[in-house]
Amino acid sequence: MIRLERRPAPSRFWTAATPLLAVALTMVAGGVMFAILGKDPVAAIRTIFWDPLFHPQYAAFSRPQLLVKAGPLILIATGLALGFRAGIWNIGAEGQYIAGAIAGAAVGLAFYPLEGWFVFPLMVVAGAFGGWAWAMIPALLKARFGTSEILVSLMLVYVADKIVAAMAVGALRNPDATGFPGSRNLARYPAAANPDLIAGSGLHWGGVAALLAVALVWLILARHRLGFEVRLAGLAPRAARFAGISPGRLTIVCLGLSGAFAGLAGLFEVAGPGGQIRIDFGSGYGFTAIIVAFLGRLHPAGIVLAGFLMALTYIGGEIAQFVIGLPAAAIQAFQGMLLFFLLGLDLAANYRLRRLRRAAP
Amino acid sequence: MTLLAGIDPVAVAAALIVAATPILLAAIGELVTEKAGVLNLGVEGMMILGAVVGFAAAVATGSVLLGLAAAAAAGAALAGLFAVLVLGLLANQVATGLALTLFGLGLSALIGQGYIGVRPPPAGRLAVPGLSDLPVLGRLVFSHDVLVYTGVALVAGVWAFLRFSRAGLILRAVGESHDAAHALGFPVRRVRALAILFGGACAGLGGAHLSLVRVPQWTEGMTAGAGWIALALVVFASWRPWRVMLGAWLFGGIAVLQLNLQAAGVKIPVEYLAMSPYLVTILVLVIITADRPRAALHAPAALGRPFHAAG
Repeated sequence: MIRLERRPAPSRFWTAATPLLAVALTMVAGGVMFAILGKDPVAAIRTIFWDPLFHPQYAAFSRPQLLVKAGPLILIATGLALGFRAGIWNIGAEGQYIAGAIAGAAVGLAFYPLEGWFVFPLMVVAGAFGGWAWAMIPALLKARFGTSEILVSLMLVYVADKIVAAMAVGALRNPDATGFPGSRNLARYPAAANPDLIAGSGLHWGGVAALLAVALVWLILARHRLGFEVRLAGLAPRAARFAGISPGRLTIVCLGLSGAFAGLAGLFEVAGPGGQIRIDFGSGYGFTAIIVAFLGRLHPAGIVLAGFLMALTYIGGEIAQFVIGLPAAAIQAFQGMLLFFLLGLDLAANYRLRRLRRAAP
Repeated sequence: MTLLAGIDPVAVAAALIVAATPILLAAIGELVTEKAGVLNLGVEGMMILGAVVGFAAAVATGSVLLGLAAAAAAGAALAGLFAVLVLGLLANQVATGLALTLFGLGLSALIGQGYIGVRPPPAGRLAVPGLSDLPVLGRLVFSHDVLVYTGVALVAGVWAFLRFSRAGLILRAVGESHDAAHALGFPVRRVRALAILFGGACAGLGGAHLSLVRVPQWTEGMTAGAGWIALALVVFASWRPWRVMLGAWLFGGIAVLQLNLQAAGVKIPVEYLAMSPYLVTILVLVIITADRPRAALHAPAALGRPFHAAG
């Protein structure tokens, strides 16, 4: 008889192998989905995963896009991973991303048209603060009242979505524009703009911030007391409490950090590739970052790889849209599928099969 | 209150009952799932899949009832995927629920592409000769679509099932302590699987009510957080069926009131009125959970904990 037995510690081999296996299985299942949609599955998979990097025609445009898209995903996901490890579920990063963008853009627009070196740094501080403050709502409610941070942070995504719409037609609306509602374009206001650091590379300050965030979280997890507390609280909440780790304080720190990172991602986006506050500013980065965090095994190094892979599916999905007419929503379903396979395959990391020998009669 | 002068209270109350139905259906299903000790955060995904599949089936067959059946089946199918992952492969319930929502949103947008702007067959309303023509009661009680009554019947049924039936007792036992239930010989996984499927079917129906009756139209992401509000509602109701109905009517009332205020041309920008359901959800959650010992008492003790029979 064979039965499933919990491993004393997760298998290192399977922890590393499951994301790769999950990607492979998603390609197969995605191929089936594309075939059902009446597209050539091999061509669709190649368009999504190969063409953005190596297609003679599109690659020149799409390679820089890889950094543009991976930056915010990695930045948000590293912050989320820290909380997820501690069992603190901030799933409202999308709202914090929007809040950061609004706060940062508001500071930038307040200085318009003043030119000064200090405008952009102030915007960065405001962006981080906006995301942090938005995350503090679920954090404080959780710490003080025990209210589910999952539901509160998620509800606040919808609230932030409405606020950004109100800002685009109200307080932050470009006073000189007559057409579509939206703020002034920050990309055309040099003191506030966040352009490519090396022209055409796709690397703006957001990419730099993502790398710094990865290094910081890595350091925290490996060397700092906070990292130890996070890991302990995740593995054994009761033991953590006996060890004197305050769950409330941990919630506030983890949610605050992930909120600030998401806010920064929003600010770099609105001052860079996004350019302005629009009604539909929310782009889903905050939700996709959840997949990135899991795909990267909640580890900073893994998240970097996962961020690039998800960015690739975004860009590949866009190319597939206009080359083979793949619907935009297919990519979203594709990304969801990836998370399913990953979570299911985790069984192999946490459990093993054991053959039971019958005792001799 | 000149603000409310132009608003007909009976019309508001009737609209409230209709507006409450999607979250009522989704929440009563989730209540059963959670009573069995499983936290399925994928309600939003199951709802929106139900919305689009129900819509597509109703358009294809011309029958709203067939559409509803298809919606329930689609919700249950997605819930089945959740059950396989969580019960079979012992995956983390929170993460899997999130995956369900993300996948459901994507898949529904994919299925719904050809249906934007399409009109569904009209949903029939109950018309009892005599009763439906009563002055106030007629509009309030006797002139709704079939799902409104299904919702109320489900609440009563779930209440009676959990309280009086042996199967309901087993379901609650599984949700309170799966180890004890397992030791007594109850099939923990089968009970949980059935509860999850029921939750999915209810969520699918709730979604279909949105796309076939309430709106009635298909737009991408049309559930707009209704599934999450349903999840909050279960907490608000302290896992009690009748309180779920009360809560659903409260939220339905807020939704209708803010729409009426928008229509009445109040000086508050539309965006701020539209965020009120979400803010009220947060407020209600805080009030309920502020009394921590009592809130913890009502929650099923094994909620969210994976079950792996050792030995």
